Amino acid sequence: MALIETQDLAKVYHLGETDVHALAGVSVAIDDGEFVAVMGPSGSGKSTFMNVVGCLDVPTSGAYRFAGEDVAGLSADALAGLRNRSIGFVFQQFNLLPRTSAAANVELPLLYGGVPAHERRERALAKLAQVGLAERAGHHPAQLSGGQQQRVAIARALVNDPKLILADEPTGALDSATSLEVMALLQELNRSGITIVVVTHEPDIAAFASRLIAFRDGRIVSDTRNAPADAAAALARRRAEAAGVPA
Amino acid sequence: MSFLATLRVALAALRVNKLRSALTMLGIIIGVGAVITMVAVGAGAQARVEDQIKSLGSNLIIVLSGNFTLGGARMGSGTQLTITEDDAYALQREVAGVQAAAPALRGSGQVVFGNSNWATQIQGTTPEFLEARQWEVVSGKGFDPSHVDAAAKVVLLGQTVAKSLFGEADPVGETVRIRRVPHVVIGLLDRKGQSMIGQDQDDLVLIPITTARKRVLGGQQVKSRNVNSITVRARDGADMLQTEQEMRDLLRQRHKLSANQEDDFFLRNLSEVLAAQEASSKVLAYLLAAIASVSLVVGGIGIMNIMLVSVTERTREIGLRMAVGARGRDILTQFLVEAVTLALIGGFVGIVIGGAAAVAVGHFAGWRTEVSVASVLLAVGFSGAIGVFFGFYPARKAARLAPIEALRHE
Repeated sequence: MALIETQDLAKVYHLGETDVHALAGVSVAIDDGEFVAVMGPSGSGKSTFMNVVGCLDVPTSGAYRFAGEDVAGLSADALAGLRNRSIGFVFQQFNLLPRTSAAANVELPLLYGGVPAHERRERALAKLAQVGLAERAGHHPAQLSGGQQQRVAIARALVNDPKLILADEPTGALDSATSLEVMALLQELNRSGITIVVVTHEPDIAAFASRLIAFRDGRIVSDTRNAPADAAAALARRRAEAAGVPA
Repeated sequence: MSFLATLRVALAALRVNKLRSALTMLGIIIGVGAVITMVAVGAGAQARVEDQIKSLGSNLIIVLSGNFTLGGARMGSGTQLTITEDDAYALQREVAGVQAAAPALRGSGQVVFGNSNWATQIQGTTPEFLEARQWEVVSGKGFDPSHVDAAAKVVLLGQTVAKSLFGEADPVGETVRIRRVPHVVIGLLDRKGQSMIGQDQDDLVLIPITTARKRVLGGQQVKSRNVNSITVRARDGADMLQTEQEMRDLLRQRHKLSANQEDDFFLRNLSEVLAAQEASSKVLAYLLAAIASVSLVVGGIGIMNIMLVSVTERTREIGLRMAVGARGRDILTQFLVEAVTLALIGGFVGIVIGGAAAVAVGHFAGWRTEVSVASVLLAVGFSGAIGVFFGFYPARKAARLAPIEALRHE
């Protein structure tokens, strides 16, 4: 069954005199449990597509159904509720609240979901443990490495057990080894049944997805199946190489 | 999102920028502090006026000589004494509302004891005077009618006179010379303190009116029965207006004034004077309240300013909160609670500082101050209202941000 289903999706921005067609008729269906990489040069419309799919932005025209529900008819509050319950976001710049502990950052979506305090803490700690940061729950973002910060952000995206995780250039601010860690984590989450859509312009990163969708000028120019590389295996190989070569 | 959680988020945001939060509160702190201090000083002044009313007696009426016409020319008030000792006795006898009426003949002169001397006011009066003024004798005893009948050479000393002649020693039984006439001190008057116009009420000696007329003040007054004033105390619960009217009717009748002649005397009701003074102290309080409210409004604008800066600075944070499920009203509440918290903390600090300032003013300036519960509640309510009023616009601005634009904000 299709989790995401768009029909002739268009988004037009008015910049002074000129109209910019960020999306010019996008029709696509993404099934439950897929791992999709959305690719394209900057200005191709991939980020706009991502925002519309994430219910952060509304299309100018066209239809979007999320889990069978027509999103166009929903109010701003209903969209907030949908994002809160069903979609997790991972950003390039992590977007963690500064001077706030990792656990409190992970709790944030639960705060707006009206979950009681003790349950919030419990679930946040469980998700931090899942991304391997159980001992860092009390650390502030400034005390964590980039990879650790991104894992906190992933824990935050996971905390409401969403159907979909949208990752916008999740490895854009990370070195290649840490990028592998993050992709391994996303693959592991995908295996547990969560649909994942990653926006990236790096072919190395897209290689870990099972479906590649390429954008250009607001349109989908290719949509292919891919035999995904195993990020965890790649990471293990890399570590073995690093250990084998004396410094 | 629960209110408690919102409050915690707001407090955390304020803690992040401690110095800025403190400076933002400053306007409110000063405003509320000023309100508390000013109300305390105002209430203290009012309490002092009330005490003065009590010390003078709120139902005191003074009869003074008025103007009179001589050959068509109207003479100024007090140029000739138009009221007499007998007017006082008649008032006492015939007006039902009068509890005590005492004539007073005033002069001044030197009072001598041993080798000390003191210039003071000499007042000849009757035993009713102490009753009318509710003036206690702290040592010895007061006059009795026989002193008046016999023109006895006895005297009651005011505290100031006693202190300058006798120091701390008890003057009762000693003999002082008043304008060279020896008098035996029979009593020491209680302390009255300053009058409303700052006169030392204790700087006087009281002698029987007959003695004053015949032996001490002398002159023209020996022959006449005229007096400077009559001090009248109305009975507790008597209708003051009616009593004054009856007194006026009786005096006009006694002075044989026809219906078209004006009064040749004045009636002064002291509570009116005090009411006027109280009204002027209220005007002062309103003025201070106006100044304080200007300061509160300025403080409120300071809060609004900082909240607007904060909304701009935290646009990405707002975008993130919206992305993970915050609705517009969650963001609105968060910023509103922040503004109200700033204002309320400022208000509480202002109350503490204002209370301390009131105590300090009381201590160093010697003014009486009273911090009232009402002013504290008012200050809390007012600062909360300022937080809501000036915080609403920035909070709404934050709540209306589009999630994606907020998230993209650099």
